Amino acid sequence: MALTRDLAVQSFQMLLVVLLAPLVTGLVRKMKARLLRRRGPPLIQPYRDLIRLLHKEVVLANNASWLFRAAPYLIFAATWVAAALVPTFATGLMFNWTADLIALVALLGSARFFLALAGMDVGTSFGGIGSSREVMIASLAEPAMIMIVFSLALLAGTTQLSGIAQYMLSSNVGLRVTLGLAAISLVMVGIAENARIPVDNPATHLELTMVHEAMILEYSGRHLALIELSASLKLLVYLSLIACIFLPWGMAPARDTWNYFAIGAGAYAAKLVAGCIALAVFETAIAKMRVFRVPAFLGAALMLGLLGALFLFVSRGF
Amino acid sequence: MEVDVSLWCVLAFFVAAAISVCLSKRAAATALVYGATTVISALACATALTCLLNNQTASTKLPLGLPWMGASFHIDPLSAFFLVVVNLGAGAASLYGLGYGRHEPFPERVLPFFAAFLAGMNLVVLADDAFTFLLAWEFMSLISWALVVSHHRSQDNLHAGYVYILMASFGTFALLLGYGLLAGTAGHYDFEAIRSNHPSAFYSAIVLGLVLLGAGSKAGLIPLHVWLPLAHPAAPSHVSALMSGVMTKVAVYAFIRITFDLLGPPTWWWGMAILLLGGITAVMGVLYALMEHDLKRLLAYHTIENIGIIFIGLGLALAFEANHMPAPAALALTAALLHVFNHAAFKSLLFFGAGAVVTATGERDMEHLGGLIHRMPQTAFAFLVGCAAISALPPLNGFVSEWMTFQAILLSPQLPQWGLRFAVPAVGALLALSAALAAACFVKAFGVSFLGRPRTAAAEKAKEVDGFSRSAMAVFAALCVLAGILPGFFIDALGPATQHLLGSSMPAQSTIAWFSIVPINQSRSSYNGLLVFIFIALSASISAYAIHLLASKAKRRAPAWDGGFPDASPLTQYTAGSFSQPIRRVFGTLVFRVREEVTMPLPGTTQPAKHHVDLEDIIWSVLYAPLSRAITYSSDRLNVLQFLTIRRYLSLVFSALVVLLLVIAIWH
Amino acid sequence: MHGLAFDISHLLAGSLVLVSLIMLYQDRLYALLNVFALHAFVLSLSVGWQAFIQNAPHLYVTALIALVFKAGIIPIALHRMIVRLGIHREIETTAGIGPIMLVGVGLVGLSMAVMLRVTAEANLIAREDLAFALSVLLIGLLLMVTRRNAVGQVVGFMSLENGLVLAATGAKGMPLVVEISVAFSVLIAFIVIGIFLFRIRERFDTVDVQALDRFRGEQI
Repeated sequence: MALTRDLAVQSFQMLLVVLLAPLVTGLVRKMKARLLRRRGPPLIQPYRDLIRLLHKEVVLANNASWLFRAAPYLIFAATWVAAALVPTFATGLMFNWTADLIALVALLGSARFFLALAGMDVGTSFGGIGSSREVMIASLAEPAMIMIVFSLALLAGTTQLSGIAQYMLSSNVGLRVTLGLAAISLVMVGIAENARIPVDNPATHLELTMVHEAMILEYSGRHLALIELSASLKLLVYLSLIACIFLPWGMAPARDTWNYFAIGAGAYAAKLVAGCIALAVFETAIAKMRVFRVPAFLGAALMLGLLGALFLFVSRGF
Repeated sequence: MEVDVSLWCVLAFFVAAAISVCLSKRAAATALVYGATTVISALACATALTCLLNNQTASTKLPLGLPWMGASFHIDPLSAFFLVVVNLGAGAASLYGLGYGRHEPFPERVLPFFAAFLAGMNLVVLADDAFTFLLAWEFMSLISWALVVSHHRSQDNLHAGYVYILMASFGTFALLLGYGLLAGTAGHYDFEAIRSNHPSAFYSAIVLGLVLLGAGSKAGLIPLHVWLPLAHPAAPSHVSALMSGVMTKVAVYAFIRITFDLLGPPTWWWGMAILLLGGITAVMGVLYALMEHDLKRLLAYHTIENIGIIFIGLGLALAFEANHMPAPAALALTAALLHVFNHAAFKSLLFFGAGAVVTATGERDMEHLGGLIHRMPQTAFAFLVGCAAISALPPLNGFVSEWMTFQAILLSPQLPQWGLRFAVPAVGALLALSAALAAACFVKAFGVSFLGRPRTAAAEKAKEVDGFSRSAMAVFAALCVLAGILPGFFIDALGPATQHLLGSSMPAQSTIAWFSIVPINQSRSSYNGLLVFIFIALSASISAYAIHLLASKAKRRAPAWDGGFPDASPLTQYTAGSFSQPIRRVFGTLVFRVREEVTMPLPGTTQPAKHHVDLEDIIWSVLYAPLSRAITYSSDRLNVLQFLTIRRYLSLVFSALVVLLLVIAIWH
Repeated sequence: MHGLAFDISHLLAGSLVLVSLIMLYQDRLYALLNVFALHAFVLSLSVGWQAFIQNAPHLYVTALIALVFKAGIIPIALHRMIVRLGIHREIETTAGIGPIMLVGVGLVGLSMAVMLRVTAEANLIAREDLAFALSVLLIGLLLMVTRRNAVGQVVGFMSLENGLVLAATGAKGMPLVVEISVAFSVLIAFIVIGIFLFRIRERFDTVDVQALDRFRGEQI
């Protein structure tokens, strides 16, 4: 009985993240439009976009290879597996011991690897721009992420997300400056990885401002639908990660009754909405940086992560 | 018994070398010699594997060499593991050579030395006393030098061989001094005797420095790496694979044997020094690789990065051992050894792919390639698996060893020394940086060479290479996937080696459910490569099936969209230099003093615009160039000794004699 | 309660180090002054919290002095000085931002390594205050070294003094008279420096200290 319930919870999580991802994107777009005094597209517009793309034919460049056609499936698969393993409404997922925080970040890195290769495949200059800028951003975001993982692992004694969430829920966390610094750093890394303003503009059509959009310029039809869904899913992953680590209240402990799961689901929905609103306000409030100021932005994230790890050594418990 | 079998294999290698000298230019020579070495390596690998898995130790003493000492040979789990790595690489390279060797213009310059090279590497790992070790080491260096200059008509190869032989001799000299200090005043050169009387702490530190110079220069640690990117690409591709993938591991073996086994108990700052050296090597290696356009030089520089990662693991193991923390030390050492195996697998695979590209197109420069994924599909697939593995992407094997190294780094707050506590997280950040830059480097390598459109006629007319080359690549690709999915078996196989060196090993992984690996304990962290692989495959299949059901199947080929302004010329696509420009701008201005100049033509003229990038290798200009100038200057001054008169020579001999007699008089 | 008290003082002292690092990478003078005002504000909060948990009312006066003078009067005065000198458009710093930030973080690590080893017997709050104070001091010195403009160097000097105040409050028992005398001496130094800056500006038309090197006497 416990096994089937765990399996049901894990499958429900997998389904939930795929179904919620376009809604998250829709909510962010709606909020940004509202803040600019526009009415904005309806909340379910991303779903309509995906269905429309699925029904269109795929136009492939003459020299696109099998990698170009296979990459959307690989990217989606890697991102979906990562999304399914982040605790959202319950801390004890059935398979959460298969991949810890480092493995999750590396899974998202696999998705990015194949996306960059797909950008290089057709042999246009747009794809090259996107891929080269994307790998530069990734090379600076990874050390910052590792420093965050280091600080969290030092505090919680584990790199498993469920363990970290349980530590944050416990009473001996206290009000630590390290956690604040790690939270800011994770938000900055998340913005960079998800191609949001100020690092990249997700709604742009100008080559000067493209990173993610440039890599997927040649995609159409069902392939483009999968890639758009993967991008929304990645945003959901980062929002869930921030919610799980820094705002863990409301998550159902492992092996608990159904009403705790309902509370967890409600809390998770509330955190997602709060995250979307915060993201929309942040993106509307500042302008996009030029590409060569992004290293300074990510360098600040790395510095915050380093400081957070250093401050732990002076805090109590050492 | 196992030692005897291994020694017979070594003898068989020498016999094969002798036969190839006799057969020299006959057409059958290539097939015969490579076939023979494949079989012999397979046999040696199987022997070493049984020895490793059954945790056996054996030695023997042959009446060769010095009369009062003989030559001792010994197998224990550590040497068995390295023999497995060496012979696996050797067998695959021989299999590859069966196909690749047919295109060799001078087979008589390559074949005998190839077999002898394999023999030399096996002998170094088997050696049990200092004399045999050094003899085999120097033999290995000389034979590989002969292989580096085998295509002797090119001036670059001769220069590469010159630098290589200088650095190799310097390394052997350092190791000679190190062994001399280890043997002590009693002069016992066999390893058993050295193990029972360790030198004092002061002498141990000096020996460590000498071993870092000697073995480190052969492995490719910064700043002793300068010969590696010159020599590795100059040799034929299967030999490059052996040098990068296997010979560097023999150097790592030498380091481990001396530092962990022969020297006494370590001090904590040894670990810190090696850790920092490994971290700097990793980042510098991959930055150098990112600036390269030559496919083989890129791979050679990247070897330096992976050696840095291995030394990070070794430094951590030393630091933990010095603080009497056996479980973390075992974890760090297992991570380093697993990375030794992984790197041998994927680096050899990548060099085989590069060799296939060179055979098919005749070009080594990435900027003259492109679109090869259509012309050479199987090579491209194997190369892709190698690129993904080396970029540490789950669920392949590169990720497993990096993950374990990170887990060892996360245990560092338990160390008592403040220097270590701050240095280890900094090295962790460097490791993450090098991993991300490695992924960037291999997106560039695969994307520019295999994807896109062909940039030259040579790339357009490329043809897929023969079956032997492809099967050698397939073997390693399969190993990369296997080691990533089922890492528990590989970790358990390494257990006897760490037990032998440190007295502890990681918890047994084969007992853990679902083939996971658990480095310390279940509550702390775990990873399951098999399930991640299954999940990815399942998700991809489910999404493909759903798309098949729900989406339209229409597909149309058309010219590329390219923003509405497509350009038919393949020269408008991104080149290797343009791909690395963002990273060059961020890191290069600091590390390489990069300067970029653009000269635009005047309006109305027809000249092209020129873009010129100026890179400076700081290590060469700060360390080696002044050194070579000083040596040239002093040798010019000392040259006057060649031209003295007979009376002056006689007075030199006379004064030397008088001085020696004075020394004896004062000493007594 | 003890845990929470420690956490909040840790939070405030850590924020002070963070603001010092933020001051390092400012390259515009107005932004530098704003961050300096924030620095003094965080210092006054930290000293106020120390006054609360140590039950030392004279530290409230210190906090008030820091708030009024260093977060209010001095930044405003420097702002007006910059406008009168006409240098508000200039961009500062001698070396690249990246290496300077790395050196700054390295200094934080270094001061922690030194202080934690030296003060192994003291109580935890004092130890961490001293470690952070030494970091602020070193970063203030780094700020003075890497600025070309004399006004930037003055700001560095002020932030250095903030570090000293943090150290003094953490060590439990800085009497009020010390604080007042230190504050007044800093104020006098500040006024003197201000006068000199105007004189220099009148004479040489610039306050760029590298340019001033040209006017030194002949080297022997």
